[in-house]
Amino acid sequence: MMPLDPKKPIDIEEILKDLDKYRPRRRGWTWRKKLPEGTKVDRYEYYQISEPLKNSIPLPAAHYFNNIDPQPDVVITAEIASGRFEDDIRRMRMAAWHGADHIMVIRTLGQSHFDGLIEGTPEGVGGIPITRKQVRATRKALDLIEDEVGRPINFHSYVSGVAGPEIAVLFAEEGVNGAHQDPQYNILYRGVNPVRSFVDAAVAKKIMAWAGMLQIDGAHNANASAKISWTVMPELLVQHGINCMFSLKVGMPKENIALSTVPPMIAPTPEMRIDLPYAVALRELFKGFRFRAQMNTRYIESDLFDATRVHVLNAVLSRLTSADLQSTITPDEGRNVPWHINSIRGVETAKHTLLAMDGIQKYVKIDREAIREKVRELKMRAILMLEEILEMGGYFEALEAGMFVDNGYYPERLGDGIARKKDGEIAAGTVVPRDPDYMAPVCEHFGYNNLPEGLEKPCDLIGGCTFHKPEKIQFIDELDETDNVNLRLQRVKDMKARNVIKPEVEWYADGWIQLDMTFSLPEEYAEAAALAVCERLGLEDPTIIAKTVLHPAEGTYVEVKAKVPFEIKIDELKLPKKPEILPEDEIFDFVAKRPITVVAATVGEDEHSVGLREILDIKHGGIEKYGIKYHYLGTSCPPEKLIDAAIETGADAILASMIITHNDVHIKNMRRLNELAIEKGIRDKVLIIVGGTQITNDLAIENGVDAGFGRGTKGIHVASFIVKKLRERDAQSSGN
Amino acid sequence: MKPRPDDFAERSRHLQHMSDEELDAYFWELVEKVVDPLVELARTHTSPSIERSVLLRMGFNSLEAKKLVDMIFERGLLGKGAGHIVWRIAKEHNIDYIEAGRRLINGMYWDDVDRIFKGVKK
Repeated sequence: MMPLDPKKPIDIEEILKDLDKYRPRRRGWTWRKKLPEGTKVDRYEYYQISEPLKNSIPLPAAHYFNNIDPQPDVVITAEIASGRFEDDIRRMRMAAWHGADHIMVIRTLGQSHFDGLIEGTPEGVGGIPITRKQVRATRKALDLIEDEVGRPINFHSYVSGVAGPEIAVLFAEEGVNGAHQDPQYNILYRGVNPVRSFVDAAVAKKIMAWAGMLQIDGAHNANASAKISWTVMPELLVQHGINCMFSLKVGMPKENIALSTVPPMIAPTPEMRIDLPYAVALRELFKGFRFRAQMNTRYIESDLFDATRVHVLNAVLSRLTSADLQSTITPDEGRNVPWHINSIRGVETAKHTLLAMDGIQKYVKIDREAIREKVRELKMRAILMLEEILEMGGYFEALEAGMFVDNGYYPERLGDGIARKKDGEIAAGTVVPRDPDYMAPVCEHFGYNNLPEGLEKPCDLIGGCTFHKPEKIQFIDELDETDNVNLRLQRVKDMKARNVIKPEVEWYADGWIQLDMTFSLPEEYAEAAALAVCERLGLEDPTIIAKTVLHPAEGTYVEVKAKVPFEIKIDELKLPKKPEILPEDEIFDFVAKRPITVVAATVGEDEHSVGLREILDIKHGGIEKYGIKYHYLGTSCPPEKLIDAAIETGADAILASMIITHNDVHIKNMRRLNELAIEKGIRDKVLIIVGGTQITNDLAIENGVDAGFGRGTKGIHVASFIVKKLRERDAQSSGN
Repeated sequence: MKPRPDDFAERSRHLQHMSDEELDAYFWELVEKVVDPLVELARTHTSPSIERSVLLRMGFNSLEAKKLVDMIFERGLLGKGAGHIVWRIAKEHNIDYIEAGRRLINGMYWDDVDRIFKGVKK
């Protein structure tokens, strides 16, 4: 396939072409390649970064720092769950550009209880049905995306439910690099028979081990299920321990076993003092295993800022202790709208925090002695729980008695644990003993296998299994004529043919938008008013997704999602004209022959000076570079003073920066500058140029000045404008 | 479990004197004791999903694997190994094993299966 072109959307039809013949290029997990401590990026020294990307989008403030985009040493996860893999792929590409290299695809609701594999490309709820076609198409797309960004991307999903071993085979065959696998998760949260879960898990894990997949456990779910999540800390150590030991015993290497760990607490509790000893206890007990730091989702509300704060503090904890992977739940899981933008925000939050905390352990160290007692207590509580499990007769007996996910702080018990019967639950009675002549003529099979003697490898008996002869893999395309990607793409193709678009949040042009508004009303009235506004705007399906009470009587902030019922014709869109840029040499030549002087200031009562300095200073590529002389009058400069200075210095242009726009003060100042220049009789001799984040050229011209420059303006834009105008004027006057 | 107050102080008395290293080692010793019987259970047992995973690795597709395992499970022969049965029938009839599996799905050769694996005489 052709490499991706950063200027073009990924072509899903191309991805689907010849999919039956596509083979993944590698197996196994890839970590980031760490750079030596002290590596410099631009002027800055880093201690915890990895190799840079070929193509990427840096953090928002990067443009102040030559657009550097250092990549933390920690793998960053993006969780993707739109239900349509063709839209997931587009989001994966966005996430990869922002720095995600672990793409975790969530499974559709209910797949855990599907006894067998699903085929084709049916749409899912809260994730996609994991099928060979969806997995293969996604891996193929990720292969292209990783070439585009220049870093391997780990593809991840779930080996759980009642079809674990089959899914493990599918993943091993299709180049999936990581998966959740934890029989305890099946038992406690999916109600799958405990015996079936452990027996299946052994085979699944053995296959995952062969494929070099990274395994993530499911212990963090205890956290999410508990009433007050710190109470399950001792049990979390036990659950991690059981899955880690079980995995080691079936042949998984330690370095491919990751603990999914969540800092359990959240403010307003003294979060860090509870989370830190737990994080340390975990890292001491599980030395040599990997740590996947997942953000706390137990207490996420539908407030994006709240979720972001939690995420930041969780990542701070990762840097104070350690983490191999930093997860980024879409920061709005609380309202269940995992949109493109929120996936990307999650990745940015992780990248920002990890970079901000780069090398922090050089300066800040945990006082190990001060937390020692707490750490020991946690370990002891976990040990006591293990002792009691053994006293009760073992894992299944303890499970039946309701030992797990009890809300008491062990050894305290509230008696509300999740009890599961050894011989009950989903798929009970399906496990059978292997007979003495049991045989499985395939490789990487865990357990008793009565193979004939003299075989080099088990699959020699059948001329090779799919792990050694992938050409034996059968590809099933579609089974459902009414629910597949071809039908869904038809709508996209139709819109593209008509060259129309709608906004989107997760599916191509799904029409959803988000609005936020504040009303001077109490909560219930504000909500009703927000919906009424949407109705008047002609929007469909408006739903309140978040609100913040600003004061019980004074105001409520409301966020709404709603659908846009119309399409936008792309042909008819009017794009603002880009400022024309003259070749640098031309500017240099002009200024050399005809010296130019300008006066500049931030006008009104405005103290912002950064933007204007960037337009002026040689250091920032400002107009000074071209030989233009400037007189800088500073900030909060009255228009009168600027005009006077222009007269005094015989300036060719006035550069006025206007950042503050409250009460349209910028418009008043533009008009004032124009009027004053006319009054003083210099208007035809001086160019008046304004700039600022809210300024547009049209707005400037409407209000009597010569040009307006907005966000993203560089010195060359302003210099080009001045030179062009002066050249025109000089030509006119010589013509006269 | 019955509700019970936090008796950590008394319950942990035998642990308090242990060093950090001893605590860590004891934790893993106990985990191993909990896990060992589970590993042994897995070593000696199989399930429909495990057998389907064997057939997948042999090159059957998921639809074929599901049908074959359902048929074998119903006959009470899962403990022989689904791949084993298919392989043995292919050998018996000197045909490709994928073809053998497909014929089994179509209802052929089940008396051979019974004869070979259940010792049922013709």
